[in-house]
Amino acid sequence: MTQVKCTRGPRAIVPFAMHELAICQALLRQLEELVTRHGASGVRSVTVQIGVLSGVEPSLLATAFCVARAGGCARRAELIVEALPARIRCRACGAEAPAAPERLCCSMCGAGDTQLLSGDELLLRQVELSVREAVPTCAIPAAAH
Amino acid sequence: MCNSCGCALNGAAPGVHGHDHHHDHERVTVITEVAAPAPESVEVLQRLLAANDEAAAHNREHLDRHGVLAVNLMSSPGAGKTALLEATIDALGGRVRIGVIEGDLETENDAARIRAHGVPAVQITTGSACHLDAHLVHRALHQVPLDEIELLFIENVGNLVCPASFDLGQHHNVTLLSVTEGDDKPSKYPVMFRAADLVLLSKCDLLDLLDDFDPQRAAAALQALGRSTPLIQTAARRAASIQPWLQWLETALARHRILAARRNGVPHAALEL
Repeated sequence: MTQVKCTRGPRAIVPFAMHELAICQALLRQLEELVTRHGASGVRSVTVQIGVLSGVEPSLLATAFCVARAGGCARRAELIVEALPARIRCRACGAEAPAAPERLCCSMCGAGDTQLLSGDELLLRQVELSVREAVPTCAIPAAAH
Repeated sequence: MCNSCGCALNGAAPGVHGHDHHHDHERVTVITEVAAPAPESVEVLQRLLAANDEAAAHNREHLDRHGVLAVNLMSSPGAGKTALLEATIDALGGRVRIGVIEGDLETENDAARIRAHGVPAVQITTGSACHLDAHLVHRALHQVPLDEIELLFIENVGNLVCPASFDLGQHHNVTLLSVTEGDDKPSKYPVMFRAADLVLLSKCDLLDLLDDFDPQRAAAALQALGRSTPLIQTAARRAASIQPWLQWLETALARHRILAARRNGVPHAALEL
C-alpha cells in the first residue's frame, strides 16, 4: 500500500474537466456533515482508500483536494491516500493472487472469470477532527508602553 | 517575537518592542492558551460517491416503477454512439418505445439528431464536466415521458475515463470501441472496459481499410480483464450488421420485463431467464 499526501498549496492548477475534483467535492460534503455531527471545529486529517481499479488517480485527487478544501472545514486538513493494488480470486480454481489492472484473468489456471477481492475501493476510511477551539480563560490588558 | 503583542516579527529582542509597525497595544489582550485536546478520530468506511450512489439507486427505482430498462452508452468521443442510436431507433422504433438522454459538454446537436428519428430526447449539457452523474440524470428523467417508453438510452459524455466511476441508475453499461482506435484500448482503459456489460466494436465496415486493428486482439485484451464480457461487432451504416446488438437489447428487455413481473408477483415471472 502506498500513500500519497497532499503537500501542494492552494494555488495548484487543476484541469477542471476531471472527475477527481467532483469526487473531492463529494468528500468535502461528507466531511462537513461529520464536523457538524460531532460538533468539531474542523478536520485535521482525512484518510481515503483508492483502489487501482477505482478510476481515480491518487496524485490528481491530492491536487484537487488542495484546491477544493479552501475556505471550508477541511481547509487545514491533510489528505492521506492509501492506494490499494488489485487482488483477484479465480472462480474456476479458487486461487487468490495480486494482479495488474489490465491482467485480471487467473495466472494459475488461465481462467478468464475472476472475482476482484480488492482494487476498486473508493472509500472515506478515517477522519481526525479538531475539537472546538478553546475559549479564552482570561484576558489581561497588556501594559502600555 | 514581540513580547507585548505576540506578533511574529523577526529581530524583536525579548522584552523590547523595537519594530516599527503600528498597532494599538492598549487593546491587545493576552489569551492564556488551553492545551488542545487530542483530536477525535472517526472511522467512517463510506464510499466517497455515497451521495451519487444514493441518487443512482433512486433513479433505478424510478425507472423500475415505470418498467423502463436503462442502458448507459459510453465510449471515447467520436466512436459512433449517436450514429449507433440512430440506427437502433430506426431498426427497433416500430417494436420498442425508446427515449434518449444525451450528455455533452455543449450543444443540443445530438438530441436534435435523435428527435429527427421521432424519439423523445433530453439533452444534458455539462459545461466543463467530463461525465454525467446521477443527479444530472435525475433532473433529466423528470423531462423524459417514462410512461410512454420502455427502453431509455443514456448517451454519456465521450470519455473513456471519468464516466466509469459514476453510477447513473442504469441497468446495463455498454461501451463502444471503434475500429479507428487501438485494439489495445481495453488494456489501456481497464476501469471503463471492466464496467461494461457488453462491448460493441463500432465502425466495423471500416475494418477492410484498416490493417492495424485486429478484432481478435481487442477481444483478448477485453477477456484479460477477467469479466467474460461479450463483444459484438457493429456498423451503424449497415443495418444488417447491427442485428446481434438488437438481439442483445431485446433479450435484455425480455429479462427486464420478467424481473419487473416477478417484483409485481405475476405468475409467468416464474419462467427461466
